[in-house]
Amino acid sequence: MAGAGKAPVWVDLALVPLVNLAAALVVSGLVVAAVGQSPLEALEVLVTGAFGYGEAIGYTLYYTTNFIFTGLAVAVAFHAGLFNIGGEGQAYIGGLGVGLACLAFGGILPFPLMLLVAIAFGAAFGAGWAYVPGWLQAKRGSHVVITTIMFNFIAAALMTYIMVYVLIVPGQQSPESRQFDATTFLPTAKQAFAWIGVDIAASPLNLSFVVALIAAACVWVFVWHTYVGYELRVVGKSEKAAVYSGISPARHIVLAMAISGALAGLVGLNEIMGVQHRLLLNFTGGVGYVGIAVALMGRNHPFGICLAALLFGALYQGGSELAFSMPQLSKEMVVVIQGLVILFCGALEHLFRPQLERLFARPLPART
Amino acid sequence: MIRKLALAGLMAAGLGFSAQAQTFTPAVIFDMGGKFDKSFNEAAYNGAERFKKEFGGTYAEFEVTNEAQRTQAMQRLARGAGATPPASIVICIGFAFGSTLEQVAKEFPRTKFVIVDSVVDAPNVSSVVFREHEGSFLVGMAAAMASKTAKVGFVGGMDIPLIRKFHKGYEEGAQHVNKSVQVFMNMTGTTPAAWNDPTKGGELARSQFERGADVIYAAAGATGLGVLQAAKDSGKLSIGVDSNQNHLHPGSVLTSMVKRVDVAVYNAMKSAKDGSWKAGVQSLGLKEDGVGYALDANNEKLITADMKAKLDAAKADIIAGKIKVTDVTAK
Repeated sequence: MAGAGKAPVWVDLALVPLVNLAAALVVSGLVVAAVGQSPLEALEVLVTGAFGYGEAIGYTLYYTTNFIFTGLAVAVAFHAGLFNIGGEGQAYIGGLGVGLACLAFGGILPFPLMLLVAIAFGAAFGAGWAYVPGWLQAKRGSHVVITTIMFNFIAAALMTYIMVYVLIVPGQQSPESRQFDATTFLPTAKQAFAWIGVDIAASPLNLSFVVALIAAACVWVFVWHTYVGYELRVVGKSEKAAVYSGISPARHIVLAMAISGALAGLVGLNEIMGVQHRLLLNFTGGVGYVGIAVALMGRNHPFGICLAALLFGALYQGGSELAFSMPQLSKEMVVVIQGLVILFCGALEHLFRPQLERLFARPLPART
Repeated sequence: MIRKLALAGLMAAGLGFSAQAQTFTPAVIFDMGGKFDKSFNEAAYNGAERFKKEFGGTYAEFEVTNEAQRTQAMQRLARGAGATPPASIVICIGFAFGSTLEQVAKEFPRTKFVIVDSVVDAPNVSSVVFREHEGSFLVGMAAAMASKTAKVGFVGGMDIPLIRKFHKGYEEGAQHVNKSVQVFMNMTGTTPAAWNDPTKGGELARSQFERGADVIYAAAGATGLGVLQAAKDSGKLSIGVDSNQNHLHPGSVLTSMVKRVDVAVYNAMKSAKDGSWKAGVQSLGLKEDGVGYALDANNEKLITADMKAKLDAAKADIIAGKIKVTDVTAK
């Protein structure tokens, strides 16, 4: 038996996730077969539904945008040793910020300025919503996992109140605000490509996808190439070491949570300013929670998060397509398949890892 | 000869194919309650199933699970994709589709759209609304007549004008029978989640029973199932909504305020098929048999002949305009 050498890096970054994904798909296939449907057909529908044609790709990338934001949010907090479960609420409140900015300044500010103001509002609202649990963790020791979960509920209640009693259009059944001024709409991918003379299928994909990629790059620079990012990671690795080297854990915990919340808050940019063009309830639809799985699978690295977000975007869009094309698979079945992927890629991360690492480990040089 | 046969065969195949391409395919989009909510969405499902049984063929369907899917489902069904041809008519079940449909209807001016419970003003949209206050008036009368305590209850789903309309009609009906009847009212919540919370529905019902009510009307989608269950468990009476729910707990469900979403869906599909489909607003009430109270083998012992006579008289009076039921949503 070879000694415990180190496995090549591609095993960790590529092979293990792929094996996990394959295992999830095999088990999903068994479930699909158990309800009397063809697993291969379902897989084909899932894949072509996610990547098979222009509109599908647009929808996949639109979902991906949300997951990049929430995945990054979870990752930044994670590097400071915090588990931010509150992405959902932060995204919800961030969307409120974006919506209020659009309602207040729509038609007044020119678009580039409007975009900056909306980003600032979304980020600030999200950051504010995460700041409180961060502060409670840093100063009062209230565990951030508990408080962020509770803040999700408070966010939902607050939004309900605001939509039902304040922003609803009078006389309307649905709690929705009025539509924003048309000058605030983020350009869709179709419009952007039309400017350079290329015609692509219409989809909700919009400018915020680019914002998400820029955010990913910023997170990479921030966490690995700035002093503050370094200090953040020191706090995450060991608070005692941080204190010893003169870093204040409390300050960095609050900071990490605020940045995390700001990133989650930008989901509102995609959903509210990019797609719905009005404020409404439940536009987040669980993206905050999916962000946890995305960050886990992406190993808390922006590049990995973008890939994992793409996978989950594909699952969401391909899952919709499954519900369209194979009505025999009910919407609950689609959730089961998505859940299995999360289970294998997130929760059962280490199921195959030791074996694979042993298999590919380079034996230590033998001593004579 | 063989060539001729082959040619004929090819032609037949070609004809068959073109006929298939023009097959009438209606589409239904269910709201988040899900198509098996035993109430509102299920009524729509039953209407679509009835059409399928009578005219054959098939229909496309989709249950939305997040907000973005509202647009996606409408567009995709209207356009058709892959093996599914563009839908001839897209029927959206529920007011929550209203603002989305306003936009999508413009994008697909040649597709017929139907929306239930909301009004969208567009040349290719037919809006079906119900005069629920009229049906609620009748079940309110039934509740007051069946009540021994002169206290009746109402559990609503999401607190929106539409459900207030149910409540007002119910209250007026109960007071029509007995001026001094007390009507308790609770709404389950203010978000769409209130349509699907049977636990809370049951709790609200139990608290109303404790306050003395002995008949409760549930206008709350799947939440109402909890109300009906609580009535059964406490040995009291309940009134179902939208679909005929009498069979759920025979002997405990006094009656159901049926809202014929199934008829609306069926008629929309049928009229689109035979070409008589029209855009505009359709209001369905007692007169059109769009609403009413359910009487079947499960509740015939609960609705006495005397009650039935009074209900039928009131129904005739409402249709004739002699009884005016307040519509709180009317401007």
